[in-house]
Amino acid sequence: MGVDEKFNSIHEKPENRIEIDKQFLSAPVKKAVDKFQLVPEYLKARGLARQHLDSFNYFVGTEIKKIVEANNTIKSSQNENIWLKYTNVRIDEPSTVINAVTVPITPHNCRLSDLTYSAPIKVDVVYCNGTGYINQAKSNVTIGRMPIMLRSSHCVLYGKDEEELAKLGECPLDPGGYFIIKGTEKVILIQEQLSKNRIIIDTDKKGCVQASVTSSTEVTKTKTVIRMEKEKIYLYLNQFKGKVPIMVVMKAMGMESDQEVVQMVGRDPRYGALILPSIEECASKGVYTQREALEFLEKELTRLPYSSVHNQREGRTMSILRDIFIANVRVTQNNFRAKCIYVAVMLRRMMEAILNKDTMDDKDYVGNKRLEVSGQLLSLLFEDLFKTMNDEARKIIDITLSKQSRASRLDIIQFITRDSISMGLERTISTGNFDVKRFRMHRKGMTQLVGRLSYIQALGSMTKISPQFEKSRKVSGPRALQPSQWGMLCPCDTPEGESCGLVKNLALLTHVTTDQDEGPIISLCYCLGVEDLELLSGEELHMPNSFLVMLNGLILGKHLKPQRFANAMRKLRRAGKINNFVSIFVNEKQHCVYIASDGGRVCRPLVIADKGISRIKENHMRELKDGVRTFDSFLADGLIEYLDVNEENNALIALYEKDATHETTHIEIEPFTILGYCAGLIPYPHHNQSPRNTYQCAMGKQAMGHIAHNQLCRMDTLIYLLVYPQRPLLTTRTIELISYDKLGAGQNATVAVMSYSGYDIEDAIVMNKSSLDRGFGRCIVMKKTTAVCQKYENGASDRIVRPQREGWDANKMQILDDDGLAAPGEIIRPLDIYINKESPKVTKGTATNSSELKDSDYKNTRQSYKGSEGETGAVDRVALCSDRSGNMSIQFMIRQTRRPEVGDKFSSRHGQKGVCGTIVQQEDFPFSERGICPDLIMNPHGFPSRMTVGKMIELLGGKAGVSCGRFHYGSAFGEESGHADTVGSISETLVEHGFSYCGKDFIYSGITGMPLEAYVFMGPIYYQKLKHMVMDKMHARGNGPKVMMTRQPTEGRSRNGGLRVGEMERDCLIAYGASMLIYERLMKSSDPFEVQVCRKCGLLGYYSFKLKSGICSTCKSGANMSTMKLPYACKLLIQELQSMNIVPRLKLTEA
Amino acid sequence: MFVLILKTESVQYSGAYASMKVDNSLRLDQFRSNFRVQVTKIEKDEKKEEDLIEFDMVGIDASIANAFRRILISEVPTMAIEKVLIANNTSVIQDEVLAHRLGLIPLNVDPRLFEFMSESDLPNEKNTIVFKLHARCGKGGRITVKSDQLKWLPQGSEFLLSTEKNAPSSTSKQRTYTSFSCNQDSIPELRDKPIGPKYPGINLARLGPGQEIELEAHAVKGMGKTHAKWSPVATAWYKMLPEVVLLENIEGEQAEKLKIKCPQKVFDIEDIGNKKRAIVARPRECTLCRECIRGYGWDKKVAIRRVKDHFLFTIESTGALPPEVLFTEAVKILEDKCERVITELS
Repeated sequence: MGVDEKFNSIHEKPENRIEIDKQFLSAPVKKAVDKFQLVPEYLKARGLARQHLDSFNYFVGTEIKKIVEANNTIKSSQNENIWLKYTNVRIDEPSTVINAVTVPITPHNCRLSDLTYSAPIKVDVVYCNGTGYINQAKSNVTIGRMPIMLRSSHCVLYGKDEEELAKLGECPLDPGGYFIIKGTEKVILIQEQLSKNRIIIDTDKKGCVQASVTSSTEVTKTKTVIRMEKEKIYLYLNQFKGKVPIMVVMKAMGMESDQEVVQMVGRDPRYGALILPSIEECASKGVYTQREALEFLEKELTRLPYSSVHNQREGRTMSILRDIFIANVRVTQNNFRAKCIYVAVMLRRMMEAILNKDTMDDKDYVGNKRLEVSGQLLSLLFEDLFKTMNDEARKIIDITLSKQSRASRLDIIQFITRDSISMGLERTISTGNFDVKRFRMHRKGMTQLVGRLSYIQALGSMTKISPQFEKSRKVSGPRALQPSQWGMLCPCDTPEGESCGLVKNLALLTHVTTDQDEGPIISLCYCLGVEDLELLSGEELHMPNSFLVMLNGLILGKHLKPQRFANAMRKLRRAGKINNFVSIFVNEKQHCVYIASDGGRVCRPLVIADKGISRIKENHMRELKDGVRTFDSFLADGLIEYLDVNEENNALIALYEKDATHETTHIEIEPFTILGYCAGLIPYPHHNQSPRNTYQCAMGKQAMGHIAHNQLCRMDTLIYLLVYPQRPLLTTRTIELISYDKLGAGQNATVAVMSYSGYDIEDAIVMNKSSLDRGFGRCIVMKKTTAVCQKYENGASDRIVRPQREGWDANKMQILDDDGLAAPGEIIRPLDIYINKESPKVTKGTATNSSELKDSDYKNTRQSYKGSEGETGAVDRVALCSDRSGNMSIQFMIRQTRRPEVGDKFSSRHGQKGVCGTIVQQEDFPFSERGICPDLIMNPHGFPSRMTVGKMIELLGGKAGVSCGRFHYGSAFGEESGHADTVGSISETLVEHGFSYCGKDFIYSGITGMPLEAYVFMGPIYYQKLKHMVMDKMHARGNGPKVMMTRQPTEGRSRNGGLRVGEMERDCLIAYGASMLIYERLMKSSDPFEVQVCRKCGLLGYYSFKLKSGICSTCKSGANMSTMKLPYACKLLIQELQSMNIVPRLKLTEA
Repeated sequence: MFVLILKTESVQYSGAYASMKVDNSLRLDQFRSNFRVQVTKIEKDEKKEEDLIEFDMVGIDASIANAFRRILISEVPTMAIEKVLIANNTSVIQDEVLAHRLGLIPLNVDPRLFEFMSESDLPNEKNTIVFKLHARCGKGGRITVKSDQLKWLPQGSEFLLSTEKNAPSSTSKQRTYTSFSCNQDSIPELRDKPIGPKYPGINLARLGPGQEIELEAHAVKGMGKTHAKWSPVATAWYKMLPEVVLLENIEGEQAEKLKIKCPQKVFDIEDIGNKKRAIVARPRECTLCRECIRGYGWDKKVAIRRVKDHFLFTIESTGALPPEVLFTEAVKILEDKCERVITELS
């Protein structure tokens, strides 16, 4: 095949992955420091799929160890001396087992031969089998296989340079961040969720104010809701039958004194007034002491389904309050004080919300959201599987021990080396259905195939965020663009239709945090003067100028000088003493300091400014350019820091250095980084109407181009490629950053904006035939077909035989080689046989030796190329590999090269799609005074309503670019910082080269030879060819296949189906009175059927060929039979009704 | 400020002027005396062969000038590779794409020496030129296959027909994909000027170690309207002679301004005594960028016009024939067409 060689030849010289500024813009000399270089540096250091990689690395490096440590013992409940303890866990190199031999694998191998790219999870164990009480140790026990994320720290591609990647058959520009499961590339979508362990104040459907906390610990996940209903406050918890008065709960937790509760909530009389009804209710229920409260609550408990009497009656309420109610607040030694304070804070915030609606939390606020990235989800899954495995192991041990006679010695090791973990992980990632029983989590569609239609699509699926809301809800809130999305989530990139605004995409520089250890932060806080909660009385808690300090939703204590405290923390963070991603947020309104170190927060880097003066100076950037500095050194030196959405509220961020005032704390790196990858392709997006950019984000993913550098070695089911893709003349910084200029998906077409021929209405474009002759829009479509050489249970197997060179079917086998497979390079026509396969006639029963079978024992199972007339292709590649069940599978890539035809879909980068309306000879095309003839003509009506001014500027910039020989830039909001050329400077260039400043040319008609009466706006625009082509859609049918059951024509193009005359079409025909046409369409052309009907009983009979007459089987006579026609579907209905004991009778009258 | 050049269309109806008692009929003798062609520029390539010509064509209607342009683009025949027989191609470039690239190579051959090949014709020495390309990349390094590696086979195809392969008969000459009756070398015109690609440096493919391309390319005669590869011109076009008129005397500072305004330096300044006056020095340079009439009031001072019967014609040849020959060929084709109309009518 020479796959490797072919691939190597694509890479001539290994270049830097992200090139740093090839052409420096001729921007005016700026005083402000050009911080742009940080962006490529950031992306170079972190990669394009960093969110996934970071979280996965964290999982396999740290989290997995924690999980195993937390569940490290299996102990038999029957015999204390039988136990197993995990002492260590690690993930090995990716490998696969072939014939009991472990072989290292590479990702590309897995793609080609349908393997899973996974590595063994190895543990060290100490165990005791009970015999003789000897502790045995065993290391490197494989307990399962972990799918490995590409480019993660455990992947073979980690840290490889371009040449090494090319040797492994990998594209150096591929972002990684996905898994390969059974040969398919799967990415775990980023999941958007409401924050865990945080108090959220909002209103329910009825408008009642409620405070809810979704607690999530390693053990449980619970939701606690405290709601104010009719002035009284109740607790809602699943374990209680209904609502429970909150004061009773407080008393149950030991807060017997109402005064203390009120003190804890706050002494403000308004709060007291609000809480009074609840206190009164509690008193009216006769609950005054803790014991009474517990007794009261016991009655409210939901009955457990099976366990009859709880052994400790009082204990159950207690344990619910301890372990389930606000589970994130831990109770040690039955000290409920922390929990009581937490409840008090919840109540206080509720009351604040009641008094002042503004303090209500916004669920759509990005700061209240957490993004679960693949590592987190995978750890959840692994934890569940690991626990299940251990539980099962324990169960099996107990069962074996309980058996009276045991034949073999019990070996505990064998119970942990089953493949339940590998299977669970593999199945979950490949189906996308997460089922974690402990957390009652059943989610579907969590994983997605990495789209490989284009490079952009693959990149786009790495940044996609899927929502937790169901799509059907008709609320606008979660769909609306949130101001807090700024810089974190792309404002443009969202799908149209039902999931509009719910599915989001990350912006260019967004980082998603991973979990950080809380311990050091807690002790640091106390060192910095946080007063411990335990030492505070309820009264002291809410003193007017004291601020509560919360860490990840837990109350640590209070601080009297929050600003000083926050500044100290930040200073420490900038100095690198605590993690970069810890956020410190002073909430003046709530009198709280929130410290967050949990995973899933979105944050982004910003330049720190001291009193409005940027910390990054000219010399820093020079050092970066010289390679002395890296992005990390900027962080380490405290020039840059990461801010999350909450902390952004404490910052005053200036867009540019010149805008900074004395109060400014931070400066943006570059404004265009608020957009994501897909929106970054659009030149001058800030000049477009916003939905146009959204449309382009969806369309850029459908554009054909180069998929990856290893595109010709891939064996995907469908590949679309452009023959001559180009780099856009009008580029943006993002294009360079994500290497779209190396894997382009479009061509620079010279466009004339004028009306021509009438075949350009409704966005259709007129194309120049000579341009098409010369290769414009030419594309390659490759489809994979697979044939399997099946092995059967009796030992016989399919065989591939030499083709017949003579005989009646020889010409169908022309393309076959002597080995019975189609040869690469051969032209394949519809009905041509591409594999001359034979299957044994007998496949079941006793084992037979395949060598004993005669030729006559085989039947033909040749496979022939399906495709409609004229769809000829060429065999591109033939690959042989063994599939999962050990059968040989033969894969054929069949290639078609297509030139654009009328009806193919094209689009510019501004959401302006259109089909090719007509193709016109070059001599009929208009030409300019310099002999330039456009490649395509676009109707000017596309502009006024769409308002895509960016497209016009792209045309101007492209025209200036080709005349002066320099790529022009059109980065979003880039005019000010020199990343986009201004229309003024473009016009100057145009004039310099003899064009009109406005881009309009003097044009001659190619048909009459006379000049046109108007100047025509003409220049190059980057056009994308979209994957929708008429050849794949065109369909018509005369006669054809029918469905067996109803005898009506089949549906769909793939089954050569008919075109349905639907209900609305039928209504039209009825209204028009075309009864005969209805009769023809609905009956004659569909499913006419002749039936025998008994006039007497009205039931259907049958035609007896013996008696040559119809017979009614009910009346047992053929006397009153009539023949009539009705649709077969109607006959079917009648019979189906009869089968359900309903008798439809036909009453016939003479017509 | 845009100025539309209104009335760009010529009068199509001959009676339009007659009704106004104006005689606009074209007289042959008048045309003879008025019509003139003047070559202004001939550009040569590295091999000293002409590939661009610019000439003025004066005294003719736009439709006739356009007819020449259209014929040049689409109806003057040339030779181009139409059929590619690929024996082996292990390179990364797909067969169809390689064939397409080969087709677009301009061939240095006079198409007048060959005939069109109709569907029923067998390829023979009168209608087909055969090229061979065999490139192989050895171990280590990569090579670029360029157009000069296409070798002309005057004897015709070397590939045997597949039906012949099985039964090699030693008696007669084995049949190949072409049936040449004689060596194309024996044609005197071809002997003096061997056939090959016009430009040697056109990239066809790149080969990695061990990759190989072996193929035969058959060139036939065709016209640009079938496929752009047969078009003898890169492009051919004309523009009308620019005419820049100063509607009023522009003097002093205004004149300086006007001179600077035009990026093509159409205007110059004439000294009359102490006064400076703008003159139109190089109207031919005008590209119609309309810079001179940009700004308030300038369109009242300067008018840019085009002379309707004066065409600055440019022909860029792809190399098969020199551009002036192409033009005469185009004239001949138009002549043929006229004759055909006359014979059809009579």
